[in-house]
Amino acid sequence: MTTMTDPHHQGGFKLSMLIYDSRYRSITIQIVALIGFLTLIGWLINNTGQNLADLGKEPSFGFMTEGAGYDINQRLLDYTSTDTHLRASFLGLLNTLLVAVMGCITATVIGVMVGVARLSHNWIISRLMAFYVEMFRNVPVLLWIVLAMAVMIESMPSPRAFRGEDPAATMSLFDTVAFTNRGVYVPEPLFSNSLGNIHLFGTSSLRFDVSLDLIVFLVVFIGGLLISRMIGKRANATQEKTGVRPTVWHIRLAVVAVPTLTVLWALGFYLGYPELKGFNFAGGTHMRNSLIALWLALSLYTAAFIAEIVRAGILAISKGQTEAASALGLRPRRTMSLVILPQALRVIIPPLISNYLNLTKNSSLAIAVGYMDITGTLGGITMNQTGRELEAILLLMLVYLSISLTISAVMNWYNNSVKLKER
Amino acid sequence: MIAPKLMHADEGQPPSLKSSRPQEPEENARNRAENQEEVIMKKTVFLGALTVAGLAAGASAAATLDDVKARGKLNCGVATGVPGFAAPDANGRWEGFDVSVCRAVAAAVLGDSDAVEFVPTTGKTRFTALSSGEIDMLARNTTWTLSRDVDLKFTFVGVNYYDGQGFMVPKDLGVSSAKELDGATVCIQTGTTTELNLAEFFRANNMSYEPVPIETQAEALQQYNAGACDVYTTDASGLAAARSTFEDPTSSVILPEIISKEPLGPLVRHGDNEWGDIVRWTLNALIAAEEFGITSTNIGELSAAAGDNPEVNRLLGTEGNLGEMLGLDAGWAKAAIMSGGNYGEVFEKNIGENTPIGLARGLNAQWRDGGLIYSPPFR
Ligand SMILES: N[C@@H](CCC(=O)N[C@@H](CS)C(=O)NCC(=O)O)C(=O)O
Repeated sequence: MTTMTDPHHQGGFKLSMLIYDSRYRSITIQIVALIGFLTLIGWLINNTGQNLADLGKEPSFGFMTEGAGYDINQRLLDYTSTDTHLRASFLGLLNTLLVAVMGCITATVIGVMVGVARLSHNWIISRLMAFYVEMFRNVPVLLWIVLAMAVMIESMPSPRAFRGEDPAATMSLFDTVAFTNRGVYVPEPLFSNSLGNIHLFGTSSLRFDVSLDLIVFLVVFIGGLLISRMIGKRANATQEKTGVRPTVWHIRLAVVAVPTLTVLWALGFYLGYPELKGFNFAGGTHMRNSLIALWLALSLYTAAFIAEIVRAGILAISKGQTEAASALGLRPRRTMSLVILPQALRVIIPPLISNYLNLTKNSSLAIAVGYMDITGTLGGITMNQTGRELEAILLLMLVYLSISLTISAVMNWYNNSVKLKER
Repeated sequence: MIAPKLMHADEGQPPSLKSSRPQEPEENARNRAENQEEVIMKKTVFLGALTVAGLAAGASAAATLDDVKARGKLNCGVATGVPGFAAPDANGRWEGFDVSVCRAVAAAVLGDSDAVEFVPTTGKTRFTALSSGEIDMLARNTTWTLSRDVDLKFTFVGVNYYDGQGFMVPKDLGVSSAKELDGATVCIQTGTTTELNLAEFFRANNMSYEPVPIETQAEALQQYNAGACDVYTTDASGLAAARSTFEDPTSSVILPEIISKEPLGPLVRHGDNEWGDIVRWTLNALIAAEEFGITSTNIGELSAAAGDNPEVNRLLGTEGNLGEMLGLDAGWAKAAIMSGGNYGEVFEKNIGENTPIGLARGLNAQWRDGGLIYSPPFR
């Protein structure tokens, strides 16, 4: 650089240089802004403390260990009204995660299909998909959630209708599934030689039961998949070397199926069917109408955005790629799955992350249909019964922040693993 | 106090969100009430959080009476729609047993029973609305409990309806006692004492149930009528009000068990005792008026000049300076009573036996008639 902007040679440091010297100016501005910002935060915190003290409500999180006193309909773990607010919040958190995970999976599946279909050369299909995307993208998700719930409540029969000699409603799918306006009752997997549960964290509020049956099943199943993949790789290697691919599909199927089925048989696997008992169906798994409404609405809504992202990702891949692929003799479907989608993924994943985050955060609208997620428990009933607004909101923010950061971290890791490796 | 000017969280709100404009068809009025509810619900939660976060500071310590006078309007929290207790009528004018308390206070303080901004609140939003200063008082079927008083820091100024929690089921369910409800799906309003009582009742009787948490009475009834829940539970008065809206009220029965005590009454924030006194004695004035036979028809005559009963004279301001002590005009109680009549008149007009709600006085009769309604002396 020239000496022109270097005043050190012409004289010592002057205070005015903090503003007039381009080397210091930006730093000065940043420091002033930072001080201003910190002062504002400090004032807010101080003022909050002062006001709460005036109201006689010093911030305290002690209420989390007091008895909750209310019941939660959807419980993934054991819970009674004598448990603490912390446990109620924990159950709410699990419900949030449940609907978020289910929603992300279905939204992705629907989104990818719609996004691809919208590029179809078939006029009707592509128009239909465009209609779907615009419908869902342009109406607030809260309305979809409420609509889904209202449709379910009003259009499906109540359990009462299944009763009597000549019932107005009957169970579907060979008497195994009951669609009611309280939700859908589906058969549940049960084990007659169950290995029981492992109890984690003793009797604390975060106690957690894990089914040993499930663990054993998963270990065997995933182990089978891994072995099957190894066999596949070996077959590939043989094919590369000799040009002949050995037939391995039946071995691959067997290493997954045989151990899995054996384990299921040993554990005495059977299905428990729902059955009308008293006021409600008993047995089976009850997917509540609130869960279904929330799940459906969130999935369909987010899928509309994902579809657009997928479409944009595909359009971003140059046409030459398709032409080159067909010149090599690939059929259109294989061109899509082998050439276009893998490249498009790199464009798709970053915006996909933010849609997963949106879905998770939108799940806090659950209270509109009475789904007891963490906003419904900690940010709803607990907050209301204890009057601890500030504490509950802070905890909620912390929880959503942690969930979001975790999703981002996982997805970023995945993004790095598929991104273009420059050699 | 820091930033005392910022504390009127409601000042910046466009008035159209909250005011109920008269002369509109019923349909619109209903819809608007629902929209209001949603807007206010969200607003309240956010404002509530903000309030505590310090932007809207120290609402409790301010002189509410001065604020109300300066504003020219009383902000009164009511239910979102419980016929007989608080609901907009066909013209969008709020009417009901709880609404009358708001109107009486507005009449006592401002001399105009229509100078009220009715703020519909749900079970969840009502307390945040009150503690954030969005409303000056709450009259919304709210049960007086120790923790609401001591921990949530609210002053219950009295009881305007002695109630208890009951259950309502469709008649064709064939249930005749709450003890037969094992396994039932129960609709409840969240943020209420109802959901806590319910949990205790079912636990104590070793029964299970499936709670369906809901925000407002209207949503609860939608689910109840569609059979998405078997039972609706809330205060017995609320059940009677709900049943009166059914096409065929006899299709549902209210079970005999009353599982709790629910003394319902108006409340204010802690920290402004003068304001609490005004609301308390306005309610007492309505109650005393019934005891002394002061009605909306004879009040003009009785207040024209001092009569033989010194307590009536003090109440109506023809003798003594009770109004001055409260910081109000001498005619405060007269205005309050004239706004809708004495306690008994308000009861008969809104929820009494000749209304669709059809509630008997029962516990809510005057103490002389064997009830619990009793006003301390005006002296
Ligand atoms: N008294 C109970 C329950 C009050 C309650 O929520 N009552 C219902 C039915 S009477 C109600 O007022 N609902 C009004 C609304 O839906 O806005 C409490 O204070 O927690």
